[in-house]
Amino acid sequence: MIAFLVKRLMHAVLVMFVISLLAFAIQDNLGDPIQQMVGQSVPESEREELRERFGLNDPFLVQYTRFAKNALQGDFGYSYFYREPALDVIARHLPATLELVFASTFIIVLFSVPIGVYSAIKPRSPISRFFMGISIIGISIPVFLTAIVLIQIFSIGLTITFFPEGTAWGSWLNSFFSTQGNMPSFGRGGGTVEMFGYWETNFASWNGLRNIVLPAVSLASIMLPLFIRLIRAEMMEVLQSDYVKYARAKGISMRRVYFVHALKNTMLPVITVGGVQIGTMVAYTILTETVFQWPGMGLMFLDAINRADIPLIITYLMIVGVIFVITNTLVDLIYGLVNPTVKLTGKPA
Amino acid sequence: MTFKKTLLASVIGATLTGTALLPSIASAETLRIGYSADPETLDIHEQLSGGMLRFSHLAFDPLVRWTKDFEFEPRLATEWEQVDETTMRMTLREGVTFHSGNEFTADDVVWTIERLKRSPDYRAIFEPVESAQAIDDTTIEIKTSEPYPLLLNLATYIFPMDSAFYSGETEDGDDKGEIEKSGDSYASRNVSGTGPFIITDRRQGVRVEFERFEDYWDTETEGNVSRIELTPISENASRVAALLSGDVDFIDAVPPNDLERVREADDVNLVEVDGTRIIGFQMNEERVEAFQDARVRQAVDLAINQEGIADRLMRGFANPAGQFSPEGYSGHNPDLTPRYDVERANELMAEAGYEDGFAIDMIAPNNRYVNDAQIAQAVANMLARINIDVSLRTMPLAQYWPEYDTRESDMAMIGWHADTEDTANFFQYLSFCIDEETGAGQYNYGSYCNEEIDQLVTEADSETDLEKRNEMLREAEAMLYEDVGYITLHWQNLAYAAAEEVEIEPVVNALDFPYLGDLVIDR
Repeated sequence: MIAFLVKRLMHAVLVMFVISLLAFAIQDNLGDPIQQMVGQSVPESEREELRERFGLNDPFLVQYTRFAKNALQGDFGYSYFYREPALDVIARHLPATLELVFASTFIIVLFSVPIGVYSAIKPRSPISRFFMGISIIGISIPVFLTAIVLIQIFSIGLTITFFPEGTAWGSWLNSFFSTQGNMPSFGRGGGTVEMFGYWETNFASWNGLRNIVLPAVSLASIMLPLFIRLIRAEMMEVLQSDYVKYARAKGISMRRVYFVHALKNTMLPVITVGGVQIGTMVAYTILTETVFQWPGMGLMFLDAINRADIPLIITYLMIVGVIFVITNTLVDLIYGLVNPTVKLTGKPA
Repeated sequence: MTFKKTLLASVIGATLTGTALLPSIASAETLRIGYSADPETLDIHEQLSGGMLRFSHLAFDPLVRWTKDFEFEPRLATEWEQVDETTMRMTLREGVTFHSGNEFTADDVVWTIERLKRSPDYRAIFEPVESAQAIDDTTIEIKTSEPYPLLLNLATYIFPMDSAFYSGETEDGDDKGEIEKSGDSYASRNVSGTGPFIITDRRQGVRVEFERFEDYWDTETEGNVSRIELTPISENASRVAALLSGDVDFIDAVPPNDLERVREADDVNLVEVDGTRIIGFQMNEERVEAFQDARVRQAVDLAINQEGIADRLMRGFANPAGQFSPEGYSGHNPDLTPRYDVERANELMAEAGYEDGFAIDMIAPNNRYVNDAQIAQAVANMLARINIDVSLRTMPLAQYWPEYDTRESDMAMIGWHADTEDTANFFQYLSFCIDEETGAGQYNYGSYCNEEIDQLVTEADSETDLEKRNEMLREAEAMLYEDVGYITLHWQNLAYAAAEEVEIEPVVNALDFPYLGDLVIDR
């Protein structure tokens, strides 16, 4: 176990090293940070002076060695835009992103397991077909479109006049399909509550929850269909296996067969995929956070790219690399718990 | 939560919260703003940008400011007179206090001008100013090295800072008045100005909060905003949605695609303002020999349908231009209008010996100006009709400027806003013969050079008889029009939108800094 964790730690270091090297190699293509710092009419001589001061004229190796030396001491450089250490900026934006990912994960688990299991048990029922159809649409619609549509329906509101207003049924249908739209359209709102003097949470107040619902739903919209289909496929496969047939033959109640024997074995691959997908979700937050102006790492990263805030871009990429290593490690640990036949040390079993 | 609070909140806040929480205005109103960007820093001299100037007008006051019609309105300076050719004497407003409680005097103005002359972004603009001197507490004299007609234009950039507040050393031994680019300087985190609003909380990129300054000198204003919450929402669609859903009261930069939707929405007002930023193209004479021929340049200009682009592509959200200066500017010449004529263009191409045309490449940004990439595409198609075969590359802003600086394409798009709100500025940056020494022609992508025009503009810039000066600049515009040193397309408009009860119309202007101190909310 310890050997496994040490090994993973070394992975993390290696990943950070490779990412930093790559990020540094492409930094010239990310744009000119000086351009973002000065007014348009500032003369070239002033710009050159700034470039010199920020060490942007030094050769690649000199710049990288300087960065690596500082990074080893925990100093990842100063964000040009925030005028703060890049690590502090990321630490401040991290909670918002983690809460968003957590809320989405909650929605995904809450809906994907029952729907997936149901449509595996009753693959031909109209409800199953309905969910399968919806899930295809869900996978195909880009997340920012989902987000904009959600904002239109639930924040701005929708007035439907499609049905004839004069008739009783018409106006009833019109008002049935029209929405009020008073959900907040952006940001974390004023309802955040501080915890531990550092972490602001959206989960501790009604207002905070109202703010997180739409972003979380739109972030979940891309993964939820995937998980429904994954659980359904795995479950159907497990239901064909011999031990399930045997259990049924033995006369064990169907409920017990489905939810104890079959579901447990269904979840093994789901956990693996799920862990990796949660990592990917951090990447999807870039789109969701931009549309909802959610002040997390994704929005911060996109802004950093637009501003050519190179120290922040590099630090973000390294941190995301580490997040991937951590989630993968956690997945392996959980996998080991669920399936004791898996050995964690990585040695041949 | 101490780390997110600015030092300002703890320093000034501590002394002022007691009073600031109880604004004297009868009807206290909160204004929730969704701007496309928030101020980059709190040091108003660290960066010259639209966002910083907007902030300057909230927390500070200029000596004079522009009205909607490009007239000067007295603010902290109440009167001014030209003493001799190079000296202007200004009388300052009495009874003005800074947010820190210090009294505003002539020394603060002198200190601010000296600081401006140290600022990398303002240094060049304030080059003509030689010195500033306090005669007494409410009088200053500003001297220029040469006769300079635009001193009042510069005065719109002089937002007096609290010299006592910004003097001395911080705990770390740094000078409080230091200007540090993208650094953690004292002035970038602490503010004391004379403006209508005090910053109470600031989380960069997330939200800035202001309270009205209790002791604000302008008691005549009807402005009744007591609190401002500014959220930067850079995504166009989200900003519009935030307004339509009622989550914010006021947004800037309504995108052209959403104008119709916002105009027709209930409870929301759209205000369009004619802008002053010229959008156009430059032809690289170093790389394409044909562009050295004035007839070819004229042909390119004639082939482009400015009216069509403004009407259809911009949906009326721009005014087609035949010159640099928009209406209201000193050198605006009403005779110079776009002259779309493909037939004549083809004749000129033939005359110049290019009836078979040639191939060029073109670069344009895709997220800097309104519809920039689409405009470039349209221009490329129009040039095909005079047999100029264009291969277009568009790229995001962050990559565009470095690419632009290499000058390795044949045609490039650029928009320009004159920092001085004056005609001469366009020429100096965009069409002057390049001179590395003086910095002239810094954005003259095509190395266009017409010494006659340069000389005329230079003379105009030391002509203090404004009537005469305007005549000279109009003449310069006409000469450039004839010689086509720059392809003008249009001045892109500005669009703001606000909830119905927020009366933004009187406070927005072509300069793109709304005077929110005077904003009235009638709920």
